[in-house]
Amino acid sequence: MSTTPRGDSAAPARDSAPVQRTRNKRSSMAKAEQRAGLTLISPTLIIVLVLIVIPILWTIMLSFQQIRLLNLRTAGVLGNYTVSNFAEVFSSPGFLEALIITLVYSVAGTGLAIGLGLVTALALRKPFRGRTFVRAATLIPYVAPIVAVTFVWTTMLNPQFGIINHWGTTFLGWEEAVPFLSERQREVSFLGITFTVPTALFTVIAFEAWRSFPFAFLFLTARLQAVPASLDEAARVDGATPTQRFRYILLPQLLPTIAVLSVLRFIWTFNSFDDIYLLTGGGAGTEVVAVRVYNFLISRGDIGAAAAQAVVLAAILAVLVGIYLKFFAKKEEVS
Amino acid sequence: MSTNVRTRRERGAIAARRPWSRDRVETLILTILRWVVIAGILLVTLFPFYYMIILSVRPISSLLQDPGSLWVSASEFSLDTYTSVLQNPSEGGQGFLIFMRNSALVAVGTVFATLLLAIPGSYAISRLDFFGRRKVSALFLAVYLFPSILLAIPLFVFFTRIGLRGELLGLLLVYVAQVVPVSIYMLRNYFETIPISLEEAASIDGANRFTIMRRISLPLAMPAIVSNGLYIFMIAWNEFLFALLFLVESRQNWTVSLGLSQLAGSIEVPTTVLMAGSVILTLPIIIIFFAAERLLTEGLTAGAEKG
Repeated sequence: MSTTPRGDSAAPARDSAPVQRTRNKRSSMAKAEQRAGLTLISPTLIIVLVLIVIPILWTIMLSFQQIRLLNLRTAGVLGNYTVSNFAEVFSSPGFLEALIITLVYSVAGTGLAIGLGLVTALALRKPFRGRTFVRAATLIPYVAPIVAVTFVWTTMLNPQFGIINHWGTTFLGWEEAVPFLSERQREVSFLGITFTVPTALFTVIAFEAWRSFPFAFLFLTARLQAVPASLDEAARVDGATPTQRFRYILLPQLLPTIAVLSVLRFIWTFNSFDDIYLLTGGGAGTEVVAVRVYNFLISRGDIGAAAAQAVVLAAILAVLVGIYLKFFAKKEEVS
Repeated sequence: MSTNVRTRRERGAIAARRPWSRDRVETLILTILRWVVIAGILLVTLFPFYYMIILSVRPISSLLQDPGSLWVSASEFSLDTYTSVLQNPSEGGQGFLIFMRNSALVAVGTVFATLLLAIPGSYAISRLDFFGRRKVSALFLAVYLFPSILLAIPLFVFFTRIGLRGELLGLLLVYVAQVVPVSIYMLRNYFETIPISLEEAASIDGANRFTIMRRISLPLAMPAIVSNGLYIFMIAWNEFLFALLFLVESRQNWTVSLGLSQLAGSIEVPTTVLMAGSVILTLPIIIIFFAAERLLTEGLTAGAEKG
């Protein structure tokens, strides 16, 4: 199988590695190929190393230094290294709170987005007139510029002239306008039971679900199209009802895709900065770690503490990416 | 549409004659639910954009008088908001025309620079057997998944020190570095669908590696390259965090996203004028998206599948 040095293009990586190591005599063509490959990839590699890899390493170094924006110009690479930033970060209640908010936001946002995406994918499964349009329209929230959509949302939710509050007070009998993005929590009575609801956090979660459900929809639709029709027909002949067909035929087919989606969306939501920064600025109990890092960097000018928090965020993420690579990426590569 | 109604009515008639089986009830409920869901989705996804357009052609006074209105009467319709948002600050406007030029420069520059790097890079990864190929792929995947806030601190520090902060060029470089890995993934997937035999045939005919790339692989990969370019344009046009970090102090270099977000916080600029700014920011993306929808949705899944 792997006697030719080039291997088959469809599954090259795994085959070619041992070939390279056990090279006895390499043809000049293989050497030329080696050279060409390195030449073609090196510009990309250099820019990624300089602007991504080295900065990441630098963040780690900064997180062990007491650097502020003010003394930035005088600080050298060989400054005093200390763990005080981390001690400060872990002992401050603000960071742990931000971490919990980030987790709640990511889990709820991911779950809602995938649930909504699944419902949409199922509803648009059978063809109907205008389906192409509906599909394209569904994707708009995901592709539209984040600044524009957050601005529309803040305007819609505005307590003075926002349309949601206007309708709520006019038609739904709300007693007062709800400041959706600036209120930490509120008491809501439903069926005689009173709940305390974190208003702003729920609003940003709803926004996250609205913004990213199209992504889940796209993936699930692609997977649904690959499910063979014969499976569904066979179940129908056997007398399975629609919900049974979904539960026992479709869902098992979709589960791997849902798993990959969950990890991907979780990672992205976990890191996300733009949405919350633009909606609430991190106020009213919505300060996720990414926004907190930004605030430490810009408002306080405390580079060391900002870096330490970013490193902790990345470390948690690295574990998640590791899990993803171990369990999902391999499987996909094979299929 | 009419056939649809008829079949549903027929189905209802049959169901009325026969006993209510679970299958029948479920089918009926799900058929209704399906249309409810479709209507709901259309409403939820399109309404904010409709609201955006409506507000952008109303004067602020009419919005404050009647916040619940869902249409614009001919008497209040005006495009003054657009002239006001586009004009230079010296003429009393918000200067969005300059912001658009900045955004376009950065986005188009990012597209060309990225493709210049990504086309040879992805070709190498998909076709050529070189030492460390596997590691390079893994590195790019990791880059794709890592938080950009982690890069924000050192890049902010670095660009402040070398004096590139506040320059569009600095922003462009950062965008290229962030987008190249994704771009390589998408293009690599496409290159791998092109039969290698085509290249081998050219090679037997005496073409060298460069000629093969230029004459065989590149033309075949053109659809993927175009959609990839559009995708990169959208990312660069929409980007916010690094624009905020690098450009916030130099107003003449603001991108549309940054300009809108900065002005949204001030009280002096009327909301309706900024809505016109939102429309201006969103419109290019929507046009590109609908023009190349099929290409892009394939690209979105292809790019993200590996990520």
